[in-house]
Amino acid sequence: MQQLEYFAPGNLGEALDILSRGGVRPVAGGTDFYPGLPAGGPRESVLDLTRIAGLHGITRQDKGWRIGAATRWSDVVRADLPPGFDGLRAAAREVGSIQIQNAGTVAGNLVNASPAADGVPPLLTLGAEVEIASAQGRRVVPLDRFITGVREVDLAPGEMVVALHLPEPPEGARGAFSKLGSRAYLVISIVMVAVVIGRDGAGRIDHARVAVGACSPVARRLPALEAALLGTRGDVAVTAEHLAPLSPIDDVRGSGAYRLEAVGELIGRAVRGACDG
Amino acid sequence: MFRLNGRDVRVEPRVGERLSEALRERLGARDVKVGCNAGDCGACTVLVDRAPVCACLMPAQQAAGCEVETLAGLVAHEPLASDLARRFEGQGAAQCGICTPGMMVSAVALLREAPAPSEGQVMDALAGVLCRCTGYRKIVDAVMGRAPGAVADAEGHTGAAIEKLDGRAKVTGKERFGDDVAPVDALIIKVIRSPHPHARFTLGDLEGFAAREGVEAILTASDVPGVNLFGTIPGFVDQPVFAEGVVRFRGEAVAAVVGRADVMASFDPARFPVEWEVLPDVQGMADAMADGAPQLHPDRAGNVMCGGFVAHGDVGAALERAAVVAEGVFETGFVEHAYIEPEAGFAQVVDGRVEVYACTQAPVMDLDTLSEVLGMERARIRVVPTATGGGFGSKLDVSVQPYLAIAALKTGQPVRITYERGESMQSTTKRHPSRMHVRIGADAEGRISGLRFDGLFNTGAYASWGPTVANRVPVHASGPYAVGDYRAEAQGIHTHCPPSGAFRGFGVPQAAVAQESLFDELADRLGIDRLEFRMRNALANGVPTVCGQVFAQGVGIRACLEALRPAWESERAEAARINAGDGPVRRGVGVAAGWYGCGNTSLPNPSTIKAGVRADGRIVLHQGAADIGQGANTVIAQIFATALGVPVSRLDLVGGDTDVTPDAGKTSASRQTFVSGNAARLAGEALRAQILQRVNAGEEALIVPGADAFEIREGAGVHRLDLTALEPDAEGYVMRVAESYDPPTRPLDENGQGHPYAQFGYAAHLCVLDVDMRLGTVRPVRFVAAHDVGHAVNPLLIEGQVEGGIAQGMGMALMEEYLPGRTENLHDYLIPTIGDMPPVETLIIEEPDAHGPYGAKGLGEHVLIPTAPAILNAIRDATGVQMRRLPVTPARLRAAMGVAGHA
Repeated sequence: MQQLEYFAPGNLGEALDILSRGGVRPVAGGTDFYPGLPAGGPRESVLDLTRIAGLHGITRQDKGWRIGAATRWSDVVRADLPPGFDGLRAAAREVGSIQIQNAGTVAGNLVNASPAADGVPPLLTLGAEVEIASAQGRRVVPLDRFITGVREVDLAPGEMVVALHLPEPPEGARGAFSKLGSRAYLVISIVMVAVVIGRDGAGRIDHARVAVGACSPVARRLPALEAALLGTRGDVAVTAEHLAPLSPIDDVRGSGAYRLEAVGELIGRAVRGACDG
Repeated sequence: MFRLNGRDVRVEPRVGERLSEALRERLGARDVKVGCNAGDCGACTVLVDRAPVCACLMPAQQAAGCEVETLAGLVAHEPLASDLARRFEGQGAAQCGICTPGMMVSAVALLREAPAPSEGQVMDALAGVLCRCTGYRKIVDAVMGRAPGAVADAEGHTGAAIEKLDGRAKVTGKERFGDDVAPVDALIIKVIRSPHPHARFTLGDLEGFAAREGVEAILTASDVPGVNLFGTIPGFVDQPVFAEGVVRFRGEAVAAVVGRADVMASFDPARFPVEWEVLPDVQGMADAMADGAPQLHPDRAGNVMCGGFVAHGDVGAALERAAVVAEGVFETGFVEHAYIEPEAGFAQVVDGRVEVYACTQAPVMDLDTLSEVLGMERARIRVVPTATGGGFGSKLDVSVQPYLAIAALKTGQPVRITYERGESMQSTTKRHPSRMHVRIGADAEGRISGLRFDGLFNTGAYASWGPTVANRVPVHASGPYAVGDYRAEAQGIHTHCPPSGAFRGFGVPQAAVAQESLFDELADRLGIDRLEFRMRNALANGVPTVCGQVFAQGVGIRACLEALRPAWESERAEAARINAGDGPVRRGVGVAAGWYGCGNTSLPNPSTIKAGVRADGRIVLHQGAADIGQGANTVIAQIFATALGVPVSRLDLVGGDTDVTPDAGKTSASRQTFVSGNAARLAGEALRAQILQRVNAGEEALIVPGADAFEIREGAGVHRLDLTALEPDAEGYVMRVAESYDPPTRPLDENGQGHPYAQFGYAAHLCVLDVDMRLGTVRPVRFVAAHDVGHAVNPLLIEGQVEGGIAQGMGMALMEEYLPGRTENLHDYLIPTIGDMPPVETLIIEEPDAHGPYGAKGLGEHVLIPTAPAILNAIRDATGVQMRRLPVTPARLRAAMGVAGHA
């Protein structure tokens, strides 16, 4: 058996070099790596991403915000962000537990590509784009195209996520996030809903983003509902047509039919909450 | 390469090594507990640069340059943490203690930032740590610094709410659980398990495999020196240590591999040479009972393991004449014990004897089993219980013990094993799933007129404690009520599922769900208040039970129900006020009762308690009743100290080491306070008599123990008993006693008539909850729990039992369902978290029992029996829907509400 190595490079160039040679598994918070570890331990060397300069933190940029790939969820909780990010911050507080939030990273949540990833719906409502780097160069992919299926992402060998880029939400827009589970904490969602709602001076919705997780292989935005919300005060009845992008399954947490019913209710509450606030 | 509790440490972990492993195995920090290795339970929480993280999810290399703090270091160095330790003790916030390090470390991180946190802050901060014993409320109280529940009491006799005598080790990280006792160089055992519920298998070239892998030994059925079977009930010892040719459930053991730690770190069981031929399996009871179903055991036709039966009066005629009859089929699923400590232990061979150190509820039963499995005389086996990180019934059965003993004997070296969480969940016992068809009649005045119970219980692949469930349920399915006309039958059905065994209540909690739900329906149809309906039917002194047993005293159910009345009235009024609004949340209030017979059903279950006095004045209590967190170490000592007449603080406790401590029976059936407590009372009285006799003092004399001598004061006179003048025996005791107690019972006849138990305990719970009518989510708001304990030996520990039992009952009602192959971890199998547990008001009722020590009754299982039905009744109160399948998940409740027209 080959000798496994533990790499903990301090800069991105070195990390991408190691990655380009293959046979390594990038690890940051370890919160998905260890639960998925096969019996007998890792088969690949480990590339620890947590010591790479520039991969941490949330910074304001010309056209919006940058979240470094290795930014931990607890950093998101503590960050000083406009109300449009309230949904993302609320989701951050519900990623596992404080222990998980202190270790797990934003990019890790995306790359793990669970249908129930807490971070994905709010990031979809914020129009997140994923910056990917390899030894060959960089590219940027919208989040809704980056996650391609259950446990599937658009990453080629040698590539890694280095940051998320989010446009500035409209002035005054408010985000909200709601996660439904069978217990109070430490729960994998039955469904979850994220919204960002902006309103004009008359209180009518002029910006609507609605995304739903755990109801389809990849969390989805609901464009028809977003369109229907525009110009209203939020009192829109959620219809089956609005929920057409969703394809919830029956599993141990709940039936597909229940999921659709609950999504409609939660969206209504989240939108009303964002409008009343 | 990092700092651990203030000192520089250097380790060279392998790639993939978790920080938790490096801390425990390389740096000796075994105060860091591992419960799941998946970030689901939080027991391994440590602070890394002051932030709480799960050490099981952090590569050890990632700690380089960091400051790592664990419970032991925090308590030793930081006043905030040592204060918190005192508060945990004062609240009884540590029961078994396995989650305590994770809880306390998380709390220290919070308290450093927020010295006076709100309850919400405490919950947010501690939510990542699961506890299965306490129900969390006392932990919240401790972190918030609320007034302690414990009292300072110099004597600490029965009735005093003293702190646990063994609590200090639990709050300082010093407690040693099953995985904490092995030397670091012990060989590691890994069990090879079936991935299929039913399959034939053939083992391949084991010698070649062992050589290729570099392991020390491989164990299979052919290595079992004695009988390759274990079990708990005579006549039902049917589970192989290693399967022979065929497996009957997913997770069944077929072999074990024993190797050095470094070799086993990269061992992959998938490489093990075994060929499977998958066979048809049955998972549900209907399938198992169908014609042509595969048979699990040739001598158990139709996959029926056995049944239990109780009949009294004429149920058919009574139901015929009843004014109203309520009827329903109720179903419950597998419930996993989910103690935070996976099964673990260590064994070694010393002078030709095998010594097994493991977590357990029943050290002497473990020894009995090992004697059979090893084909070895009992004198050559020593079982030493470690601290047990929760049991709740499942650690009554052996798990790791046979593997440890066989491996130690085969290799001649120290060996250890710790189950992975998934392995623990796959292979150890569960609460029986049930399907219960129940009919109950009542006359126009609301008196029960006939109760018929027909229950099937999925006992899985092997018997374990299934026969006990089959026998207990018919005795208890009436609830604590006067039911003159009664017929109850229960059967255990084999399936290709993990064995169902003992879990707090032995089937009685399931039966109570059906009976108590139908009671509400009857009350409503008769227009009688639901609490009043129960009062009208409650058992009383002098009224026969369904077994025809009549208790002249100690029947406390009426007092329990009566104690709930103020809350019942005020909470119902409050609910009516809330429900007059038009929000999506409706409030419900539910009540339910329960009873439970303490000790074995019509079978002997003696306990023996031994004590001795050393020449230096030490009084040693050999306390063999396994303390799995419930508090036997404290309660038994309090009873003994009371009987002897010395302060409890004067006792030195010795645990259940089978070499030195006699059999106090198993920690099950709510029997330790009652049965071992009586043995302790007798032992205390005997030692007292011996001491008084030596100085010829009267019965009222006061014993004042000192070093080397006891003073015995009688009126104005003082006798001095010089202990150094007495001849010590081989154990160094100058005086010794050993006393036994076995509860008086009488066998049940063919109709289940007789005296199954010498005492019952009684309980009634009230639950207040909110239902989100549009989402189907249920949020308990408050519990009031009245328990007749006969005599409260330690009120603080009683509260702890009640709160913890309610948490488990709540889990069973609302979220817990073990599905073999699907929920074999602690994120798909959900147990309540700190945020799920509302306040509990415990009302202690003391109707003294004629047989209990100082009138005391058992409690451990009673605490869970009324909880689930009280929740179901509150849900029905809020929604009008009677839920007949547990758990009541939001999806199921919404579906039922849709059927009922509430959509």
